[in-house]
Amino acid sequence: MNRFTFNKAGNIADAFSSQQQSDFSKFIAGGTNLLDLMKENVERPDHLTDINALPFQEIGMNEDGGLRLGALVTNADTAYHPEVEKRYPLISHAILAGASPQLRNKATNGGNLLQRTRCYYFYDTALPCNKRKPGSGCGALQGFNRIHAIFGTSDHCIATHPSDFCVALAALGARVNVTGPSGERTIEFEDFHRLPEDTPEKDTNLHPGELVTSIDLPEYGFHENYKYLKIRDRASYAFALVSVAAGLKINDGKIEDVRIALGGVAHKPWRNKEAENMLKGTTPEKSAFEQAADLILKDARGFGHNDFKIILAKRAIVKTLSEALNS
Amino acid sequence: MEQATLLGTHESTAIKLSINGKDHSLNVEPWVVLLDALREYLSLTGTKKGCDHGQCGACTVLINGKRINSCLTLAVMHEGDEITTIEGIGSSDNLHPLQQAFIDHDAFQCGYCTPGQICSAIGLLSENKVKTTADIRELMSGNLCRCGAYQNIVAAIKQVKGNIAE
Repeated sequence: MNRFTFNKAGNIADAFSSQQQSDFSKFIAGGTNLLDLMKENVERPDHLTDINALPFQEIGMNEDGGLRLGALVTNADTAYHPEVEKRYPLISHAILAGASPQLRNKATNGGNLLQRTRCYYFYDTALPCNKRKPGSGCGALQGFNRIHAIFGTSDHCIATHPSDFCVALAALGARVNVTGPSGERTIEFEDFHRLPEDTPEKDTNLHPGELVTSIDLPEYGFHENYKYLKIRDRASYAFALVSVAAGLKINDGKIEDVRIALGGVAHKPWRNKEAENMLKGTTPEKSAFEQAADLILKDARGFGHNDFKIILAKRAIVKTLSEALNS
Repeated sequence: MEQATLLGTHESTAIKLSINGKDHSLNVEPWVVLLDALREYLSLTGTKKGCDHGQCGACTVLINGKRINSCLTLAVMHEGDEITTIEGIGSSDNLHPLQQAFIDHDAFQCGYCTPGQICSAIGLLSENKVKTTADIRELMSGNLCRCGAYQNIVAAIKQVKGNIAE
């Protein structure tokens, strides 16, 4: 790990002034991903600002009936929060499908959104990676790419976003509240993470120095018909090869609303509204789910080792929607 | 880096950590993780270093009663917390029920992962989410045992947890 200076921020103003003193500084909250990357010399900040004392520690009701998840609440406390379990079980299930209990006790909601890819080329400083070192090339394109993306890739990067939580947030249509030196703003979840394009070093649309303060869940949480399916190489404590978060709202035997978000397949949680709209108003049945899956996978492209994800994702979507229907 | 030295703590600072109910004063650099502070600065070597990346669970300790990986957190971030390591759990003539259960079920071979397994299992029991044996397996998945004593580790935890379904 490189050497760095360290400050504890007592309030938000403190955090910004501490952070602004260096171009290579980082905020630290749970630190589980950042410190791991620092040990690998992938992240080399020269200054850390500890934000754990900032007032983003609560889960509470919003005026619109939705729920606000504080950025500093741990993943475990979020997953086991009674309101989250009751009204947003998709969120609980997704969080509990990821990491280990020890990591979930430390990792925060804000940090979960900002975790970096687990692409092996990103992690290995001896190999090229445009995300870690812009312009150095992408090792995965012509290399080992079994875990890599099939949607929204570019010639510069085929990495995936590793979060489970974010897949459920994308499905629900959450919003991310942030604050920065130039004020507060709210970002729609689908606009929070980026596709790699020609700047894969940027994972999100946060401005420099901005902090995630909370995540807002909409009033309706698809608590009646939902499913998070995670497919991975071992049954626990592994990243998704493909995951699907699905929610169905059934009214009078028809699909009134539906959400389908995929993880492990793109640089951000992948949602296809065209497929969702196709299902709305129809009778929930396997043939309709298969058509939606076909439509979603129409845009998929494999890179050799990860070609299997295309058929796997298709089957996973149908299975997840079927299980959501019967949940 | 010259500018960086002006920003804050770069050299070692004096901190106080409360470990197993006792205050310890030490000087650490900001980049020292809690695991290294315990082992290298305080000679509390019961907590083990395995992967050093949060994947194996050998370094598991309890912070304010919650299990975490001590390799992935900075020592300077834990002033004011109550840290519990394996040294604070039971004693040779008064074992913690989990320690006794690990002996009863031969839940280790080399023993290197055991302090982390026990601290993790204590966290697991206090979280109170276990209803089945499968839950124990899932909620202990952050602790690896290279000797493969998993069956016996699950049996030991089951003994302490009491009546649970398969």
